[in-house]
Order: sequence, then C-alpha cells, then structure tokens
Amino acid sequence: MQRLPAWLRPHLAAIRAVAVLTVLLGLIYPLTVTGLAQVLFHGSANGSLVGGDAGSALIGQSFTDARGVPVGKYFQSRPSAAGDGYDPTATGASNLGPEDVVDILPGPGEPGRQSLLTRVCARSKAAGELEGVSGARPYCTPGGAGAVLKVFPGHAVSVNQPCPTVPFVATYQGLRVECGRPGVDYAAGRTVPVRGDAGAPAVPADAVTASGSGLDPHISVAYADLQAPRVARERGIALERVRTLVAEHTAGRVLGFIGEPAVNVLELNLALDRS
Amino acid sequence: MSATAAGALFVASLVIAVALLHRPLGDHLYRVYTSARHNAAERGLYRLLAVRADTEQSWPVYARGLLAFSVISVLAVYGLQRLQDRLPLSAGMPPVTGHIAWNTAVSFVTNTNWQSYSGESTMGHLTQMAALAVQNFVSAAVGMAVAIALVRGFARSRSGAIGNFWVDLVRGTVRVLLPMAFIGALVLVAGGVIQNLSGTHEVGTLTGGTQAITGGPVASQEVIKLLGTNGGGFYNANSAHPFENPATWTNWFELLLILAIPFALPRTFGRMVGQVRQGHAILAVMGVLALASVLLTNAFELGGHATVPRAVGAAMEGKEVRFGVSDSATFGAVTTLTSTGAVNSFHDSYTPFGGMMTMANMMLGEIAPGGVGAGLYGMLVLAVITVFVAGLMVGRTPEYLGKKIGPRQIKLASLYFLTTPALVLIGTAFAMGSPERRASMLNSGPHGLSEILYAFTSAANNNGSAFAGLTVNTPWYDVALGLCMVFGRFLPIILVLALAGSLARQSPVPEGAGTLPTHRPQFVGLVVGVTVVLVALTFLPALALGPIAEGLS
Repeated sequence: MQRLPAWLRPHLAAIRAVAVLTVLLGLIYPLTVTGLAQVLFHGSANGSLVGGDAGSALIGQSFTDARGVPVGKYFQSRPSAAGDGYDPTATGASNLGPEDVVDILPGPGEPGRQSLLTRVCARSKAAGELEGVSGARPYCTPGGAGAVLKVFPGHAVSVNQPCPTVPFVATYQGLRVECGRPGVDYAAGRTVPVRGDAGAPAVPADAVTASGSGLDPHISVAYADLQAPRVARERGIALERVRTLVAEHTAGRVLGFIGEPAVNVLELNLALDRS
Repeated sequence: MSATAAGALFVASLVIAVALLHRPLGDHLYRVYTSARHNAAERGLYRLLAVRADTEQSWPVYARGLLAFSVISVLAVYGLQRLQDRLPLSAGMPPVTGHIAWNTAVSFVTNTNWQSYSGESTMGHLTQMAALAVQNFVSAAVGMAVAIALVRGFARSRSGAIGNFWVDLVRGTVRVLLPMAFIGALVLVAGGVIQNLSGTHEVGTLTGGTQAITGGPVASQEVIKLLGTNGGGFYNANSAHPFENPATWTNWFELLLILAIPFALPRTFGRMVGQVRQGHAILAVMGVLALASVLLTNAFELGGHATVPRAVGAAMEGKEVRFGVSDSATFGAVTTLTSTGAVNSFHDSYTPFGGMMTMANMMLGEIAPGGVGAGLYGMLVLAVITVFVAGLMVGRTPEYLGKKIGPRQIKLASLYFLTTPALVLIGTAFAMGSPERRASMLNSGPHGLSEILYAFTSAANNNGSAFAGLTVNTPWYDVALGLCMVFGRFLPIILVLALAGSLARQSPVPEGAGTLPTHRPQFVGLVVGVTVVLVALTFLPALALGPIAEGLS
C-alpha cells in the first residue's frame, strides 16, 4: 500500500469498500431476512395467497369475463391503470392531471384518447347502468362524456361530443354550441367545463377513479353497499346475507384513525362462492 | 369520525412518535459518531478495507474518499444491471439498456432513486438486492457522514481534520441503518410485505382468467428505501403497491421510518456542539416548515378544487382506498419534505395546489427535515445564510456557534444555495426548448410544464418522486436528469466539506453583546423567513406558469 501514489489510495479502499459492503448489505442481510421471514411469517412473506391459489388477498383482481364485461354475481373492483387491468407485471397509475378534460376524438388515422374527465363520466354511467341507479355526475354529459366547451369569439364547441352527437347544451352565453369534429384543433379556444345541475352522485368516488398501484384490493363501503343488491339478485340469496358478508370483510380504521374503511373484494367474492 | 378528523389524528400521532423517538435516536447517533472505540465487527471491516481507522482526515482527503467510493459505486451498480442476465436470480430479465442503467446507477448512488424504469419488468432479484438496496444503505450513510463532518467543523477549533470518511461510512451503516432495517423489515413482513426469492406465480382468478403474482426480496429493500430516505420502489407503483405497503398501519410505520433519522439529527448536532438548545432551534425550524406543508397539502387535497376531483367528488385518482385522500396527502408531503421520493399515491393526479406543495417542498432544498444527513447540512447552510442576512441588518460581522462567518464561509454557503435552483431552471428550460422533448409530456398545458419542472426539481434535489406521466426513459432525459442528480448531490457535498474544513480551522470567537442568539424563537422565525423568501424569489415565476396557472384557471 505504501508504494502506491497518494491519489490512487482512496480508490483502492473504495473498491474494497464497495465489494465488502455489497456482500454484507446485498447478500448476507437480505438472505438472512428472507430466511427469518420464511420461518416466522411464511404466508405473508410469500404473498398472502388465498382461496386455494385463486389470488393474493393483497392484490386486486378484475371480476369480468373474457370480453371485459362485469360478471354480475361478483363485486366489482375499482378501475385499474395497470396494464389491461390488475396486471401485477405492469403496475401504476393513469397519471392524468386534475384538469385533463379535453378528449382527442378518434378519427381516420387517429386512435383518439379519452381525457380523465371523460373516463370518470363514462365509468359513472356504466356503473350506474349496472347497479340500476343514476350515473349522473357534475361536469358530465348525460351520454357519459366530459361536459367541456371550447369557447371561440363567434361560437362554442362541445369538444368531447363527436358529431353527430347533439351537444349537451344548445347555447352558451348566447353562442351557438356545435358538436366536436375529429381532427380539428380546438386548442386556441378557452376551456370551460360546465358543471350542470347533477346533485350528489349515486356512484361513489372510488368506483370512477383508477388507484395509484392499479392493484387496489379494496373498494369503499359505499361502493360495496351500492353493489350488494345486484349481487344478491344474481345469486338468488338474501340481501341481508350479502350485507353480512360485506361487513365481515370490511376493515375499519386501525385504532380508529389510521387509514380509511375498506372492503377486500377478492376475499368477499371468495366468501360468497363458499356460502 | 370524519375523514378529516382521522387524517388530523394520523398526523398528530406521527408528530408524537417522532417527538418521542428523536431524543434517544439522536443520542444514539451522537455516541456512534463520537465514540473513540471500534467494535470487533468494525475492526474486521477496516482490515478488509485496508484503511487506518484512527487517522483523521482533512476535508480534501475526506472528500476524495467520498467521491472515490461514489464513483466505484456507480460502476458497480451499472455493471450489475448490464450483466444481470448472466448472474443468478435474474428472474428472467434481460440486461438493462445502457442509458437506463447509467441513470439508475447515478440515481441510487446519489440517494435520489429516480426511476426511469419499471421495477417489475426491468430488474432481477440480484440487481435489486446487491446493486440497488446496497446503495440505499450506503448513500444514506454518506449523507449522514457529510452532515456529521460539518457539525465537527462547528464543534472543533484550530483543527485541520473533520473526521475519517471510512469510519463514518462504516459506523453509520453497521451501527445505525443495518440494525434498524433488520427489525423494520420483519415488521413489514408481518404486515404483508413479501420477502422471497421466487419468480412470478400464476394464479387462476375467480372468473377464469390468470394473474401473475410477483415475487422478490421486497421487505428488506422497502425498509431501507424509507429509513435511508431513498425512495426507489421495488415495483413501479412504489409504496402504493400492496406488496410494498399492504396495510393502513404499515403506511403509518413507513412514514415513521422516513422521518426518524432526519428529525433525530438536530439532537445529535446539539450534543456535538455542546449546546442542546441549538439543536432544538434547528429542530423547531424543520418542524414548523414540515407541519405547515403537511397541513396545506392535506387542505388542498381534501378541498379537491379542480374539475376532475369536483366531478369525482374527491381527489381519488391515483390514490388507494385503504389510505384515502388524507393519509395519501400526508405521505406525499413527507416524501418530498425529506429526500425520499417514495409515493403511496400518484402526484401527477393531485389537485393543482396539492401537486404544487410537493414541488415546493423539494424546492425548499429538502431541509424540513430533508434527507438523512442532507437535510441537516442543508439546514445548517441556511442558518449560516440567515446569520449573514441578520448581520447585514445590524452591520456586524456575523457569527454562528462561535465561528465567524467571513467571506469564504458565505461564498461557500451561497454557492451551495445556488447549485440546485440553477440545475432545476436551466434543465427545465433546455427540456422545454425542443418539441421532441416536450413530446414526453403526458398532460398538456400548464400541467405539462409542471411535469418537466417536477422532474428537474426532483432530480437536482435528489428526491426521486415524479409527476410520473412524463416519459423519461429516453436517452436525452436519462442523461440530462442523471447529470442533474450528480451535480445536485456532489457539488453541494464538496462545498459543505470545504465549509466544514474552514470552520474547523478557526478559533472560537467569544460571544459579545452584539452576537445574535441562535437558540431563541426569534432565530427560528428568521431562518423560516429567509428560507421561504429565498425559495419563493427563486421559483415563483416557474410555479406561476405551471401549477398556479392550472389552479387559478
């Protein structure tokens, strides 16, 4: 060591340090934790599998058929942005912003893109139809699109309603409202979301939004309550029985204040299949 | 109980836990970094490293060791990623693309943990354990070492030395991080975080489909990701993923892991300079800023003032049901107030002003309480700037903790402060200057600018969270953000070590009638004021074009 030039010495120590610490922190530590975890907490260390390999109690699933249509006898999960929905190899969120309200309408050579607002409105309408309640929400058209105008000096355009759809309002502040034409650039207009007169929505917030992970195993108590009558009808069992199972699979706030009450959808559906 | 009341109690319970923990942990850290004895394990490590543990180093030697260690670390992490397919436990992953591997190596070595990749489809188990998690430990230990070196500068007089880098690195790792991580990992597994070496496991879903349940050594990495304020998730969904953060109480525990060391270090500082009350003042500055930010973020997110949250009825896009809006907002604030960058909800979909808070937290320079070590040294630099500003007002040579703040000290402190804003604003300007780079935005209008501003703020401040809609796995962004991370980490570190060296050489100035007391509420208020004003002056124009424009439209 003494014969080495001074500038080189810290590098040799650095190489040794990286090697030694990699063995300690990168192999010995995680492998010891793995060994202990496998012995002490075998189930949770391996993914909390439930229902004889029907899934993980912690990972949400889609309860839809091969065509993506909700299966009526099962409680439905939230919308998911993970891959095609609840794909653990492609987790994540939509990442769409709170003012993402203008769609790109599909047209020739343009696949189109729904804004976050239109996604929310469309999900609300679909959930309302499935559960037999109104899917109306503020800032949504009756057809399940975002109620958004682009206002120009002489006219206004309902940009999320492609022609020949009749716009949700005929006039805006005296201006004639037109339907949206695919391929036309409306960026220069002033964006005006229109609240409309919808009251408190019957479809809860978690039913119309995608989670952060895309794997959210839970739904809110309100969304479970909304779905219970349909599940009871489809299964031909008493609504009370379904409500009891919902309550059994609802986790409240820990210590009364940590987190939010949540219903585990997979465990609830497994319990329904068993009962 | 209403969601708001539960959220407030959640924050209050964390404040109490941190308050209870900061003293014993701060005292432990004091003993770790001041003890003259090496234990048997450490002596063994020093022999393997072939370093002389009892020799103290001048600041240039200390800095050379730190930089050499970081360079070798980057090479090791890069190499392990590029060769992962030829090593065991690759989980079938091909080698990581060159520009992503460079970005990731720099990202983890600089304690940023910015991720331009998706963990579950890019990294094998060995890469996660032996490359990424190792850096989670040592980059945190490096941060603490630099902070302790600066504190020694204040504590010592007429000394040429500021400590021994290798000793600080090893002690921070084996006496602090490793034992805490070990216990924390088992707690997380008990809560449902997975810890195995399996590949993916196909299950048959109830409706006849299949689902690939992923495996991996998650808990051992999750715990140090938070404790070391690193933030790089095992999975793309980070701490929103049920295998990283399965329960409401693991969410609380993870927040405590993030806050534990950064809030304990002011106590260590107070003990080391021999005046515990000086540590209290620093702690108070951190606490005031942190609490204000957490409450504001909660208010904005619970208020839900934007078109989509109003249509939905709550700002639930990108958030998990089990955490709800409030505990998600608290996590979002804490992860950006520290240099963590882990997320349990996706900031890109926050309300305009809620999202702005996460950006503003990073723009504060991550000092409330900041990253492990980095928060303390950033805060002490701001304290130096504050006594300078106060000295200007009364026309006296400023001093802090008995050290004169002369031209050299204030130059080093000013350069420190200017480094990250320069990187953030210049980087954002370059990205906005080309249509090709603007095409990476997912959202349009002001929100698109916010995505890019967030990316450079996060990289230059070594945070690592993102407005994740931005497509950043392109060569340009990987290189540009990688350079921001390198300069944003190591330029400030060199400046801080130089400051430490210059302070350690000074002899103490006796306190006089004109000395500004730096342990009273007046000083706490001054530091808070100087910090907020400096940051507002620097970043308001950029924020006005992004989140503020969006929020007021």
